[in-house]
Amino acid sequence: MVKLILRQQEFEVRPGMALVDALKKVNILPETIIATRNGEVITEDEILQDGDVVKLVAVISGG
Amino acid sequence: MKCKKCGQKAAVNMPQHHLGLCREHFLEWVPEQTERFIKKYAMFTHQERVLVAVSGGKDSLSLWDILCRLGYQADGLYIALGIDGGVRYSAESQRLAEKFAAERGLTLHVVDVQAETGKTIPQWAETTLRGQQKPCAVCGMVKRHEMNRIARDLGYEVLATGHNLDDEAAVLFGNTLHWALDYLRRQGPVLRETSGLARKVKPLCRFYEREMTAYALLRGIEYIYEECPYAVGASSIRYKELLNQLEHDQPGAKLTFYLQFLEARQQGLFGAEAQPEAALHPCPRCGQPTSAPGLCSYCRMVTRAEDGE
Repeated sequence: MVKLILRQQEFEVRPGMALVDALKKVNILPETIIATRNGEVITEDEILQDGDVVKLVAVISGG
Repeated sequence: MKCKKCGQKAAVNMPQHHLGLCREHFLEWVPEQTERFIKKYAMFTHQERVLVAVSGGKDSLSLWDILCRLGYQADGLYIALGIDGGVRYSAESQRLAEKFAAERGLTLHVVDVQAETGKTIPQWAETTLRGQQKPCAVCGMVKRHEMNRIARDLGYEVLATGHNLDDEAAVLFGNTLHWALDYLRRQGPVLRETSGLARKVKPLCRFYEREMTAYALLRGIEYIYEECPYAVGASSIRYKELLNQLEHDQPGAKLTFYLQFLEARQQGLFGAEAQPEAALHPCPRCGQPTSAPGLCSYCRMVTRAEDGE
């Protein structure tokens, strides 16, 4: 499985899908995050592999 | 996705520009674009001293980093607000701003609101009408006052803030919903100096917030990731979420919204551009310009507290 982590939330998705499709499955807009895997920034077309842990960095700030 | 410049694997995709770039070329592209915006909007020159308002967040630290890489004379100003919120928000953001400056040998001025005024921002918010609903209004007012005071006292020609396009589009969205003409006339990449007010510039105003996050991460800039505890539920965040939904369905929508607004404003859609000088009066206590004769709102707040009201 692939693990997606956004702040304190964790999601699991099936491997083999593109990041953009994984984000859609867990209802996260790609516009609101930057994704990193093993410390590297990745784009939304990246295919996720079994065992991947993808950290989603929230981009929205302000008040 | 491949980098448009070198064909290597892209790190950042920017659909609104039909552009994907690798780490190396993205980190070149951001300063190049910033320089282009600084010149396009006549923000400042290499001969002028720039004071960068740094919060410890991704945008302001990235802005400081970019201006230094471009060779500008840029010093930092950190305003300690005294916000804890259970996450030591101000203490941690100050630590990160100081660490950033120390690692690069940069000058950071620090102003402590409690030391200056006797109270932290949350304490001021509890005791003033302006802050009773949320401290954000008091916080904004105090920050504007202190930023301008330091810029003026220390002889900086320009005050630069890290507002990005999402910040600007959210403000524009709010001002448009309310048809706040005075604010619409004033909103832009540059607010020209007047007597007693430093020039204010926003060199990152055409970068998406997502790009600035990518820049901070790719440059290895350590920034405060926690949100200000008082920002929860802020309307600006709600507007950003709405605009991101629109952006998702229509890439480029945020950029078009902002740029077309600037164009419309320049063409006089909102009437003549505001002439701030004409309507300002010097505050008799601090000397900073204010819109109505008498004390400015900052001095009214402080003197009321001094008088025990």
